[in-house]
Amino acid sequence: MESTVKSDTLVVKNPQEIILARQKVREYARLLGFNLVDQTKLITATSELARNMVEYGGGGIVVIELIYVREHRGLRVTFEDQGPGIADLEMAMQDGFTTGNGLGHGLPGAKRLVNEFEIDSKIGVGTRVSLVRWV
Amino acid sequence: MERIPIIKMGPFLLVTIQVDMHDRLVMALQEDLTELVSATGARGVLIDISSLDMVDSYIGRMLGGIASITSLMNAYTVVVGMQPAVAITMVELGISLQGVMTALNVEKGMDLLRATLMISPDQDHGIDREE
Repeated sequence: MESTVKSDTLVVKNPQEIILARQKVREYARLLGFNLVDQTKLITATSELARNMVEYGGGGIVVIELIYVREHRGLRVTFEDQGPGIADLEMAMQDGFTTGNGLGHGLPGAKRLVNEFEIDSKIGVGTRVSLVRWV
Repeated sequence: MERIPIIKMGPFLLVTIQVDMHDRLVMALQEDLTELVSATGARGVLIDISSLDMVDSYIGRMLGGIASITSLMNAYTVVVGMQPAVAITMVELGISLQGVMTALNVEKGMDLLRATLMISPDQDHGIDREE
């Protein structure tokens, strides 16, 4: 069974709030005892996904959770917006694909930086991305 | 408006990025650097990122953009001081900073620029030596 030990919810609507989300994820990652490389991976993935949310989803919320599943401890970060949604998820997960002015590394790149990655998107409803990295 | 300071060091310009950069700050830095390269005739730009705790695709694009802009203005850009954890993460993320020169620190970055431009250390004061 999974239990959430500690969590924080942040509203992220602008670039300044992306920075705050990164700082909060760093705080949790330190608390969990992640090494520097893993901390860096987590805040970089957070930065990519929070920026996607601000650029394409009109902003949204970031939920940061310290979770336990049996003896495993991990950090889960969830990004949820009520933007236009992603038309072709399979396409969006491919390296090099972008509808904006980015390089298209955002989603597939962020996925490579974590242990678990889930994405769910509905046109006209919004997008939810959830990532977990285990200690 | 908040700006990132740019320091002139002989024929080079040095930018030390110490804060978490947001979009407007990045845009302002690109503009300021371009104007200064034009005004001073600087042949090299050093960007010290040793204080950055991550480089995401946005910052990567910004660094690549500065290198492209300065090269159009006859100046080289060297990114210096990247932390090991940042480098490891960037590679997994898929950012390669193609076309951007890098060095371990400011001093080695200056050596690289001098070697590239064939300037000896005692000539550092003369920017327009080629004219």
